Amino acid sequence: MEITDEKLIELKEKANNIRISLIEALIGAGSGHTAGPLDMADIFTVLFFHALKHNPQKPDWPERDRLVLSNGHICPVLYSTMAHAGYFPVEELKTLRKFGSRLQGHPHREYLPMLETSSGPLGSGLSQAVGMALADKIDHGLTSSRRIYALLSDGEQECGQTWEAAMLGGKEKLYNLTAVIDRNNIQIDGYTEDIMPLESLSDKWRAWNWHVIEIDGHNIEEIADAFEAAKSLTSKPTIIIAHTIAGKGVPEFERDYRWHGNPPGKGPTDKVPADSQGEVALAELRTLGGKIRSEHQ
Amino acid sequence: MLNPDLKLNTKVFDEKVEQVPIRQGFGEGLLAAGENNEQVVGLCADLTESTRMNLFSEKFPNRFIQLGVAEQNLASVASGLAAMGKIPFISSYAMFSPGRNWEQIRTTICYNNQPVKIAGSHAGISVGPDGGTHQAVEDIAITRVIPRMIVISPCDAIEAKKATLASVDTGTPVYIRLAREKTPVMTTKETPFEIGKAQIIWKPTSGGRAKAGIIATGALLYQSLKAAKELEEKGIEVEVMNLSTVKPLDEKIIALFAKRVGRIVTVEEHQIRGGMGSAVAECLAKNVPVPMEFIGVDDQFGQSGTPDELLAHYGMDTKSIIGAVNKLLKR
Repeated sequence: MEITDEKLIELKEKANNIRISLIEALIGAGSGHTAGPLDMADIFTVLFFHALKHNPQKPDWPERDRLVLSNGHICPVLYSTMAHAGYFPVEELKTLRKFGSRLQGHPHREYLPMLETSSGPLGSGLSQAVGMALADKIDHGLTSSRRIYALLSDGEQECGQTWEAAMLGGKEKLYNLTAVIDRNNIQIDGYTEDIMPLESLSDKWRAWNWHVIEIDGHNIEEIADAFEAAKSLTSKPTIIIAHTIAGKGVPEFERDYRWHGNPPGKGPTDKVPADSQGEVALAELRTLGGKIRSEHQ
Repeated sequence: MLNPDLKLNTKVFDEKVEQVPIRQGFGEGLLAAGENNEQVVGLCADLTESTRMNLFSEKFPNRFIQLGVAEQNLASVASGLAAMGKIPFISSYAMFSPGRNWEQIRTTICYNNQPVKIAGSHAGISVGPDGGTHQAVEDIAITRVIPRMIVISPCDAIEAKKATLASVDTGTPVYIRLAREKTPVMTTKETPFEIGKAQIIWKPTSGGRAKAGIIATGALLYQSLKAAKELEEKGIEVEVMNLSTVKPLDEKIIALFAKRVGRIVTVEEHQIRGGMGSAVAECLAKNVPVPMEFIGVDDQFGQSGTPDELLAHYGMDTKSIIGAVNKLLKR
């Protein structure tokens, strides 16, 4: 599916608005994760506004694609994207992590329509997506038009269960499964290559018989093309290694692992004092949003 | 005397009583479930024959998934299948599932509210020669603590088959505890079974009042029956309850039982701490506090040996049960 120039601008603006909303939600919550949600906003945007077969008016539509968020801690971007897609009012994002909210600190599938799984404990999302793809393959063989998407973090590549699922996905030739790794190079304790070297990730996945696509995780067209390319395979699952910049969109937060698990107001203070972190982030994103159309033209 | 209403195996006290491994009942139950319902799928982690899932996998190869030695994946893949409308049964040794994959069961199955059925075979110390690494005596505790989980510990192969079939339609996660060894068959096809329902299977032959009650779960129901018979021969009449569903607990029947018998011994091939006896104690302390004794493994690990040697060593044989009843009578 070709993306027109106008559509591209729309998607970029959408991604920016999703970032703004998630920062607002995190400021309101006073806890939660910032870097991952910011860097996955472009991928979520392409999924919800371009690639994914879904219907916000009918969240339980049986023919919908399935989206499994494995690293549940980046749910601010999931919730923000869902709100912008029309699953619930954007206003509700203010309730993130509050008592009685549908927007739990880590997603609970029974609290909110459209969530396919509850997630948080790392490493189990791909297994669940593999189970869904298997069920779909049992029912439809090689003729399924439905896709199962799994979104994983790079830190999760340290979990043994991820590799158990990778082996099974390759063995069962789950052509209907597309997984994405958010390769932002950070995790809560530091940089991934310091905590536990993961490279070469692409060689590892190839070894388990997955089709590997590496992309710039902030390039809307590359993201869309990768999802489209995955659909043409019939003998392998696809893994998209999306190279992203942790904290993307707020230069003061970018590439710094200390923003993994802190919200604006509680992040590192060497660049921005705590009490103005929220303000600075929103100002940066609004400035960026204002430039999208003019830069494109 | 055996409760005649339950149509139990009248040959249960014969020396040559029929003996069948409880896991066989699971295998036959799963095969029947697969024939009845095409949404039933089977998943195994390299123990298909051992857990008797081979009966299902041979008949329904397209609905069977071999995952290799990967129990964490086993639990979560099943959750994914359930999310798409399947009714997955997963099997392994209890030590590995629900042992090794407890968090995946807790979060991706129970917290997610997906109706995955977990068959844990080779539970208890009667696994014998394999030794302590393989003797799951903690599995009831770790499953009954999880919200939404139903926990069933069938007493014989026939009950295991009924439990397997009944678990298909609960709409909830279920843990079915199985044993490796041949176990005397105590029930018959005609014996009623309902998840959550406790049964009084032995009553005073005289029709009088029992002096104590034995509540057993799993294969040790047989040793409990033998203890009841021997006690009666010595003039001590007791009642015996088969508590195959450990969760949800049949609190009403257990409370009535306690009121009637006044003293209770619980019997299980499991750690005393956290097991079925603890569940009964939680119920009775609240409703009908009575003196209790607990037969089970007392805060130790198992070791290699024959099942009979191990049951005697760890105090779970007929003699130990009789000893516990006598102790209670003196309290």
